[in-house]
Amino acid sequence: MFGRRLFGQATLGAALVATGAATRARAQSGRPITIGVSWSNFQEERWRTDEAAIRATLTRLGAQYISADAQANNGKQLSDIEALLTRGVSALIILAQDSQAIQPAVRRAQADAIPVLGYDRLIEVPGVFYLTFDNVEVGRMQARAVLQRKPTGNYVLIKGSSSDPNADFLAQGQHEMLKPGVDAGTIHIVGEQYTDGWRPEVAQRNMEQILTAQNNAVDAVLAANDGTAGGAIAALTAQGMAGRVPVSGQDADHAALNRIALGTQTVSVWKDSRVLGARAAEIAVAMAGGTAPAAVDGAAKWRSPGGMSLDSILLTPVPITIDNLALVVDAGWIPRERLCRGVSGSDAPAVCRG
Amino acid sequence: MKRGILGSLGIDARLAALLGTLAVIWLVLHVLTDGIFLTPRNLWNLASQTAVVGIMACGMVLVIVTRRIDLSVGSIAGCAGMVIAVLQVEVFAPGTWWNPWVTLAIGLAVGAAIGAAQGALNAYLAIPAFVVTLAGLLIFRGIAWLITSGRTVAPMDPTFQLLGGGFQGSIGDTASWVVGALGVAALTFLRLSARARRQRFGFTPRPLWTEAVTILLMAALILGFVAVMNSYTRPRTDIVQGISIPVLVLIGVACALEWLARTRRFGRYVYAIGGNPEAARLAGVPSARIIVAVFALMGFLAALAGAVATARLNAGANSTGELAELSVIAAAVIGGTSLAGGSGTVAGAVLGALIMQSLDNGMVLLGLPSALRNVIIGVVLIVAVWADALWRRRAGGTRGAEA
Repeated sequence: MFGRRLFGQATLGAALVATGAATRARAQSGRPITIGVSWSNFQEERWRTDEAAIRATLTRLGAQYISADAQANNGKQLSDIEALLTRGVSALIILAQDSQAIQPAVRRAQADAIPVLGYDRLIEVPGVFYLTFDNVEVGRMQARAVLQRKPTGNYVLIKGSSSDPNADFLAQGQHEMLKPGVDAGTIHIVGEQYTDGWRPEVAQRNMEQILTAQNNAVDAVLAANDGTAGGAIAALTAQGMAGRVPVSGQDADHAALNRIALGTQTVSVWKDSRVLGARAAEIAVAMAGGTAPAAVDGAAKWRSPGGMSLDSILLTPVPITIDNLALVVDAGWIPRERLCRGVSGSDAPAVCRG
Repeated sequence: MKRGILGSLGIDARLAALLGTLAVIWLVLHVLTDGIFLTPRNLWNLASQTAVVGIMACGMVLVIVTRRIDLSVGSIAGCAGMVIAVLQVEVFAPGTWWNPWVTLAIGLAVGAAIGAAQGALNAYLAIPAFVVTLAGLLIFRGIAWLITSGRTVAPMDPTFQLLGGGFQGSIGDTASWVVGALGVAALTFLRLSARARRQRFGFTPRPLWTEAVTILLMAALILGFVAVMNSYTRPRTDIVQGISIPVLVLIGVACALEWLARTRRFGRYVYAIGGNPEAARLAGVPSARIIVAVFALMGFLAALAGAVATARLNAGANSTGELAELSVIAAAVIGGTSLAGGSGTVAGAVLGALIMQSLDNGMVLLGLPSALRNVIIGVVLIVAVWADALWRRRAGGTRGAEA
């Protein structure tokens, strides 16, 4: 399975080079392209990684980067976008604070014939290009890796926050993979709980209660991300079950990668935001150069939950298991010492030996 | 005031009402969960789950009694937990015997210092506690994030993990019985010495038989608790768990604060400031110093709760303790602490925390969605405070719910 993913990434890279060469970062008018990025909340660490990737790619393509940070404020993001438009951007990349409240600003940009790329979070406006990781696929990957360890038995779903649509996308993918087993009667979903605010301590309490209700008859846990996985694993540890029950996760948190090396977590789906950022910059430059959203390389029609048909690219993330831990080390995502802390013995993955 | 049966037994009627409420909730949940709720295993879980909020609720009582509030406790817990995690895992040499102790001590000191600073801002600069601690809520949650830029730090030291309970974090059956026996001995001693004091000061003591009944009832509660904790064996073994360490910490904190509040001058000052600040000032109570001390104590307990939560999760996460301030304040209020100040008991707050956690615990067993759980817990909070207000009016108290 891993080989297929690598192949996917390789074709992606080739596509990037192709679009870059085609546009040569000149708008039709001939002046240099400026790409405006409106961030919803730059205080979160993760977006710094994205920004670095966007900036580097734009520089490589000879385009200019300007940005604004809405500091988690819907209203500020509207005026941010107006300001970016006034400064004469040729395309906008928007990480929406609120997928609904952003719409007036997007329509303003479209009225000025400025193409808009919805970055990571959905913006349901016709004509907007949607670029994100495929969260339903993340859910499928989590289920696939866990199913490989435990094809049958009692499954528990520790879902994300009920207020985050991504939590439902994940669960949708998980259910999809479990369905044949559930229908055949070989898989039983014995517990399913949302985790308020994605808080690990909440996931831990929920898992403790599910274990109690089932008298420990739990064979596998599908946790939505690495934080909730940590909570579930702490609950399993208290019952001496950690390591025997496969647990999924997402985000390639350092603590979670360490747990994978230790054998208490089965999989963490890695969404490399550097790939997302680079891709967004490429597409924005292409659209600024006159490429229609539908003509962007690799774009496909995607049906939004609101029933809208959007041109989009849903990037495929990489599931990290004990078999491919070397990948995150080689990519410089985590130092080897941190990955291998406390890991020893014959079960240790190759990357932690020698 | 007329004395009912509880009065003549010398039992606080309000605590008895809380115990009654708890009993009803437990029985209902036991029936609804087909007999899972009142099993030793679940009660052991419940006790451990209550520890984090319970520890903070003990301190919150004193803060609210002084007519103040501390909204920053969840953030202090998260911040202190993160400080401990980073020092333990990434700064000091992991694996040394002193690491967990030193890092815990530093974390607790950080909590106490934050609390003292907030108290000083309130007491000396006259900034309302609500505002100071609202700012603290933002500041220390932010710092918890900034320490590692949001990264989760794990795994914790094995010795430190014991603080959170878990697989090995219990004291076993013998030690649990010793704790229970000590509890009964202390209780007997306290009741009898109080009786002797009443006689010395010329009050009519209660009939000896009522004293005996009270002591027997409370001893039965204590020993029953120990028996339940001792009937939960470690999964797939015959090793008896006994009282878990976080629960022991909670018991220790609750006893220490009861003692402080009831028998020390510090406690009398705290209630005096809350009951009538002007009178307290005129009587020469060093209000500012007491308030700084109350907030420092609160900060210390928040850090302790954060340490327990971090040990329990086996990871320092920046979200640890998020929204805990609401559960903590709710626990104190359900436990009969008046937001108007001047009244409230530590034991009540612990029972309040236990009631809230029981509802959450039981409803997850039932598989109810979290949104519905929150609705029900909210309704219970309102009903509890309303019932308490009714009780106060009937008991002839003057203070309503003006805060």
